[in-house]
Amino acid sequence: MNWASLSDFLSMRGYGLYVWGSYGVAAALMLLEPWLALRRRHQALHAAANPNPEN
Amino acid sequence: MNRSVRWFTFAAPSRFYWLVGVLNPWFWTAAVALTIAGMYVGFFVAPTDATQGESYRIIFIHVPAAWMSMIIYLAMAFWAAVGWMFNARMASVLARALAPTGAMFTFLALWTGAFWGKPTWGTWWVWDARLTSELILLFLYLGYIALVASIDDMVRGDKAGALLAIVGAVNVPIIYFSVRWWNTLHQGATISMTAAPKMAHTMLTAMMLMTLAFWAYSFAVVFTRAQAMALERDHDAEWVRQLALGRKDSS
Repeated sequence: MNWASLSDFLSMRGYGLYVWGSYGVAAALMLLEPWLALRRRHQALHAAANPNPEN
Repeated sequence: MNRSVRWFTFAAPSRFYWLVGVLNPWFWTAAVALTIAGMYVGFFVAPTDATQGESYRIIFIHVPAAWMSMIIYLAMAFWAAVGWMFNARMASVLARALAPTGAMFTFLALWTGAFWGKPTWGTWWVWDARLTSELILLFLYLGYIALVASIDDMVRGDKAGALLAIVGAVNVPIIYFSVRWWNTLHQGATISMTAAPKMAHTMLTAMMLMTLAFWAYSFAVVFTRAQAMALERDHDAEWVRQLALGRKDSS
């Protein structure tokens, strides 16, 4: 076990900004991208099921 | 005669769509499980680095992201070329579907590199060979995405994109070998085919788990996007209509 306490873990012994700044952005982008791809597929299916809704 | 493997079976958009439906739950599951395992080993098993302290833990996403940025570019150029040479529509769709994920990993490699460079080198950015060539890779991805999006004629867009992707592929070996060819602030390769890895076993394990996680993630998200693109391209086709109406009935 590397960490004596939770605050030890969260502060990364002085490197918290750099470590969490890296992992935070990675997590955000890697959740956003699948969400966008799944939404795009859903919209494509929806459009195919309802062709020309305004006509 | 029919004994030959039917390689082009999944080149049909409808069969590709079905295949991805079978494979993708496994890729998503593997991505999540491998990420959890990699993060656990990376933060709780791998020891503190003697010289860099805890800042080195950025390596567990930095190196896999940088690898994916280059591998995905080569895959994109390959499928774009296949689509161009054989007039294979799904190959061109795959090339287009790979680009945003490649751009995302390139950005991530640069971002995590900056957040690692600041505490270890004292600067967020330097214009050295490794960093500059990786930045050019990001511009190649963005240029490819903008180019194919700007051409209304799908087939012409695929061909123009293929040309850009193939010419740009020369940048990938430049990135990879930049740390050997030029004097650079960036460290040399952590892992090579010819020498033992220059890191502790647990560190290497965490990095490999995260690399596999990023691979699984890439397959899952690129295949999902390719499915969406196949539906958009074939929006009048019978298979899309059947699929869409089937979904509607069941939901």
